[in-house]
Amino acid sequence: MTTMQFGLFTVGDVTPDPVNGTTPSEHERIKNTVAIAQKAEEIGLDVFATGEHHNPPFVPSSPTTTLAYIGAQTEKIILSTSTTLITTNDPVKIAEDYATLQHLVDGRMDLMLGRGNTAPVYPWFGYDGSKAVELTIEHYQLLRRLWDEDVVNWEGQFRTPLQGFTATPRPLDGVAPFVWHGSIRTPEVAELAAYYGDGYFANNIFWPKEHYIRLINFYRQRYAHYGHGSPEQAIVGLGGQFFIRKNSQDAVREFRPYFDNAPVYGHGPSLEDFTAQTPLTVGSPQEFVEKTLTFADYFGDYQRQLFLVDHAGLPTKIVLEQLDLLGEVLPTLRAEFDARRPAGVPDAPTHAARVAAKAEAEAEKEEALA
Amino acid sequence: MSLRVVAISAGLSDSSSTTLLAQRYGEAIRAARPDASFEVVTLRDLAHDITDATIVGFASPRLQHVIDQVAAADALVVVAPTFKASYPGLFKSFFDALEAEVLTGKPVALAATGGTARHSLVIDYAMRPLFAYLQTMTVPTGVFASPHDWASSNRTGEGADALGARIERAVGELLSVAEGGGTGRAFDDSIDLFSETMLSISDPRPQA
Repeated sequence: MTTMQFGLFTVGDVTPDPVNGTTPSEHERIKNTVAIAQKAEEIGLDVFATGEHHNPPFVPSSPTTTLAYIGAQTEKIILSTSTTLITTNDPVKIAEDYATLQHLVDGRMDLMLGRGNTAPVYPWFGYDGSKAVELTIEHYQLLRRLWDEDVVNWEGQFRTPLQGFTATPRPLDGVAPFVWHGSIRTPEVAELAAYYGDGYFANNIFWPKEHYIRLINFYRQRYAHYGHGSPEQAIVGLGGQFFIRKNSQDAVREFRPYFDNAPVYGHGPSLEDFTAQTPLTVGSPQEFVEKTLTFADYFGDYQRQLFLVDHAGLPTKIVLEQLDLLGEVLPTLRAEFDARRPAGVPDAPTHAARVAAKAEAEAEKEEALA
Repeated sequence: MSLRVVAISAGLSDSSSTTLLAQRYGEAIRAARPDASFEVVTLRDLAHDITDATIVGFASPRLQHVIDQVAAADALVVVAPTFKASYPGLFKSFFDALEAEVLTGKPVALAATGGTARHSLVIDYAMRPLFAYLQTMTVPTGVFASPHDWASSNRTGEGADALGARIERAVGELLSVAEGGGTGRAFDDSIDLFSETMLSISDPRPQA
């Protein structure tokens, strides 16, 4: 039973360690990612998600390869992405790659779609970056059909037509992988998630909550508008960031040089300002739990919480220590979230639950016909 | 409701002739509209917040408060000192930190200070293009104050208070625009459910 899922998401950046000046090789970074995913399972997390990037300093250009490798070495953890690029990947290849992964790991996977690219990346894959939102919509509409329909005839704006095409393998148990749509500013993506009754993931780690409250509420309202349930029943995922030590001051002292030099926010606001203004916690495990719980106050009770831990040049040894500390407070985090969760808020999606729901819906339909 | 006017001063010293010029606008506005509110925002006090916002892409609560004030104002007076023949980087960074289109249709009076009268076209060559991009309703009279203007402003007789007269003219234009019909366009941050892109989500293009 998984009421709420907790996990990690990695960007897969190769960043110099600002404290000791070393930079991992690509080989080390890729292998470390696997070690971190194994650790995530060991401490009892539910999800491990990898980003997708096609330019340095990032290594994860082939997420399903990495996820399948991790899947072979783990037993329980759900493998996912953060994000799979719906803009620049051919939807036919996404349908095939992720369905293959679904079979290999016995349904223990889902995926998060996102635009996730800077303008120069698009032409590397034959697309025009000024059409990012249109590409997102058309590609997803096609992906949906490739998984839900056995034979697809399709014609669109951005890809050659398909005639009598069957994407193989067909989804496991006739149930396509669950799809999350990640977006930090585009209401069209929230609308897309709402229309199809898919999950919506707001990676809220870089901006203040007000910005995301608006988008998440929009998604919840539109989810209800399209008849998938009440706004509270929409499937929401959030990001988070922490650096914890038993003693709050130790966490601040140790993390400060990594914060000050971090690729996204380094050389900008102070650690104190940034922690006050965004979901980042740098402090004790208890402070981390308290702050994470506030997310549900702001955004409503939700289904998936992913943390970014391996970034800013933190050495793998420290990342693994952080995961041990996370593992220690994880039962508290679960219990506190469960305690505040009203009845009627849906559980986080899993393959088994979706297969069961499908069987139930089919039985109901037969009953109605009989 | 009485008119709310906010002045943005990019003067970087304290005290600053740029902020002084902004305050002169305040005096002229109060003289013309005694019930109008007038407040000067000095960007110098927000310098670190503005720089942080350019790096992380969001405003600190302090900066956001000022941005909200600016967005809610009925009219703006915008005053910059001249640095290297243009406005200072901080001035541009402040407007960079604003959400797109937030100033659309906003009545704006432009003013500038400079170390020599030879910079007097800075309003028209540097500031106006920025506000054209921002889609503000910028009034025709811009007031440039050089050291000579500060020295001559208290004289009596012919050419008396020439600076004050120009400010009054600019304020008259600003009030007229602010109290008139404007451009009929204003910032609207509601999500457009009926854009072509949005509609294509629930109504996929016809299939062959």
